[in-house]
Amino acid sequence: MQPTQAIDWSYAPAPETFPVELQPEHGLFIGGAFVAPRSRKHFATIDPANEKPLSRIAEAGKSDVDAAVKAAQKAFKGWSRLRPAVRAGYLFRIARRIQERARELAVLESMDNGKPIKETRDVDLPLVAQHFFHHAGWCDKLAHAVPGVEPRPLGVCAQVIPWNFPLLMAAWKIAPALACGNTVVLKPAETTPLTALRLAEILQEVDLPPGVVNIVTGAGETGRLLVEHPNVQKVAFTGSTEVGKRIARSCAGTDKRLTLELGGKSPNIIFADAPMDQAIEGIVNGIWFNQGQVCCAGSRLLVEESVVDEVIGRLTHRMRSLRVGHPLDKNTDVGAINSRAQLERVNSFIACGVREGADRIVCFDGALPDTGYWIAPTLFRGVQPAHTIAREEIFGPVLTVLTFRTPDEAIARANDTNYGLSAGVWTSRASKAYEVAAGVKAGVVWLNTFNQFDATSPFGGFKESGFGREGGRAGLAAYLA
Amino acid sequence: MATVTKTWKLFIGGAFPRTESGRTIKAVAGGTVHHLCKASRKDLRDAVESARAAQPKWAASTAYLRGQILYRLAEMLEARRSEFIDAIRATSRVTPRKAKAEVEASIEHVVSFAGWTDKIAIVLGSQNPVAGPFYTFTGIEATGVVGALAPDESPLLGALALVCPALAVGNAVVLVASERHPIPALVLSEALATSDVPGGVCNILTGDHAELVPSMATHRDIDAIVAAAKGKHAAALKAGAAENMKRVTVVDPATDFTDARWRSPTAFRGVTEAKTIWMPSMA
Repeated sequence: MQPTQAIDWSYAPAPETFPVELQPEHGLFIGGAFVAPRSRKHFATIDPANEKPLSRIAEAGKSDVDAAVKAAQKAFKGWSRLRPAVRAGYLFRIARRIQERARELAVLESMDNGKPIKETRDVDLPLVAQHFFHHAGWCDKLAHAVPGVEPRPLGVCAQVIPWNFPLLMAAWKIAPALACGNTVVLKPAETTPLTALRLAEILQEVDLPPGVVNIVTGAGETGRLLVEHPNVQKVAFTGSTEVGKRIARSCAGTDKRLTLELGGKSPNIIFADAPMDQAIEGIVNGIWFNQGQVCCAGSRLLVEESVVDEVIGRLTHRMRSLRVGHPLDKNTDVGAINSRAQLERVNSFIACGVREGADRIVCFDGALPDTGYWIAPTLFRGVQPAHTIAREEIFGPVLTVLTFRTPDEAIARANDTNYGLSAGVWTSRASKAYEVAAGVKAGVVWLNTFNQFDATSPFGGFKESGFGREGGRAGLAAYLA
Repeated sequence: MATVTKTWKLFIGGAFPRTESGRTIKAVAGGTVHHLCKASRKDLRDAVESARAAQPKWAASTAYLRGQILYRLAEMLEARRSEFIDAIRATSRVTPRKAKAEVEASIEHVVSFAGWTDKIAIVLGSQNPVAGPFYTFTGIEATGVVGALAPDESPLLGALALVCPALAVGNAVVLVASERHPIPALVLSEALATSDVPGGVCNILTGDHAELVPSMATHRDIDAIVAAAKGKHAAALKAGAAENMKRVTVVDPATDFTDARWRSPTAFRGVTEAKTIWMPSMA
């Protein structure tokens, strides 16, 4: 017999090597062409996995935003009057071209955002293509979508999107707007502009009429100039509740239509009779998908008291096998945090959790890279409902665990928040699952699953998680008069 | 025989309290001086509290039951047909014919929404054919507590056009009556009291819009606002969305509330929430 040898279970690196060309500098996409910013200002977008600059991005100032809105206004008449089947043709071709360039876009997204290539490749990009394909088909069916009124487009849509799903959020905003006959000025987040600008290339490739979609890059000030522009008829924003409230205030004196998709502190409820293997995977997916930088993340774990030790035992075991590492490694489960600012914000919440007396559990025992922004998956036990980490949106890989005894208490605790974006319910009893689903105030409820998205399925929140839906028929209402 | 003139009061939690402030508004109607309640911010808060308490049970009642209750409300309006016509004309100069038309449209409106209670979820809900092994569907729910602001232009029909969709899906409502022509809403409160609409589900206040609008806009326990307003009231109400993400729908007070749009699914837009439920189709 051979002497037993210690087996090395560690993975060899499996880098995604698809080559992506990066231009050193990007202009603004206005009137169908890339143009230098009149502001003459640029800023760098960096790779959060190594803090190195990827490209220089134009910072749109007032006259740039004016030019973009003007281009969208000019394009509106032609686009809105285009025969619906022709409009659909453009959207179908966009979807196809995205599928063809999916690998390039996935790699670029992982570079700019820090999320694992596994996710950009298998989640973000398929959903992006589906969103355009689904909405393409709506163009000639709008009269069936909103019964009782003649479907009319609104005009120029100002759309401001976040950095956590950069291209997916662009698709969620642009596809329904165009399908309904509107024109768009989109502002991507300042830390993740690259995939939206690559999408602009695709729009050129499919000969989308100039001005139908315009992309202005920049930070908060560019976004403010855009949503406050007097010649936009519709404002759509995805981001923090704080900024959403500011936008709501700025639109108050106008006739602009507004939809807001904001923050969350979503409950993930585990009953004692849950299918436990799936539930553990659901908890992991709920909070560590995209490093927890997900507005609908299942960041508040509510566990039936009788199984809390079992759940935490299994969960910590599972946490040990989560691979934190380079976003472009195909084995990576948890990538880089998007920016230094976000890293500091999440770390300050972690410090606050410790300070307020909760027990911090970190199971990752590897070494985090020296450069880049990293946080190992983190769990807090012994959390009280009044703790800051149980109330405020952390937007990072940090899970708080609370307990309950009865379904009523689970519902009450689930609803003990100003937010209402999503909820998860894990139980083998269908009647209990539906009772809890009916009781929670949340726009999306996942029963025995979590973090599922689809172009046909409306997404959006109750309460301070915003208003309006994206996806499905409900999503179209936001873009029709 | 001496005539007895009616004391008009507020309608909160199914009861008719006077305003806690003791203040009144003078309204001259048909040569008679009426003293209406000038509701205070505290009255508004009380009404919101009543609405919040009544809402869950109303939303949990079956759509069939809500339909029957709204139909019963229409019956109560029918019984007060002439009183409503007088109420509309009491403080305005509309012709009897026009007042009669508004009352008839109002009754028809309530009947229409009695019929919507068990249909709107059919029309706005969906099964979503997602690209994966999941059974996914979207239903609609009441938003919660709704503040409504009635127009002067059609004080009865306008009020009902704003209130009926909210009630039909299970919201509870705090209605602020038309400022210039509040009496039709007060007659409505009597119809509500004798219908089977549970106390607190629909509350009615009379008073100064300039005083009540800012409170309604900023009240953190109001989830949605449907208002006939313009100018600074419209802006104040919309800014209220920034307080707690209220869903705010503002329409021009001169809107034609007999338009088919007001009886269409669109009328439910600002007072319903879409809830999407996913479950694995194979587990």
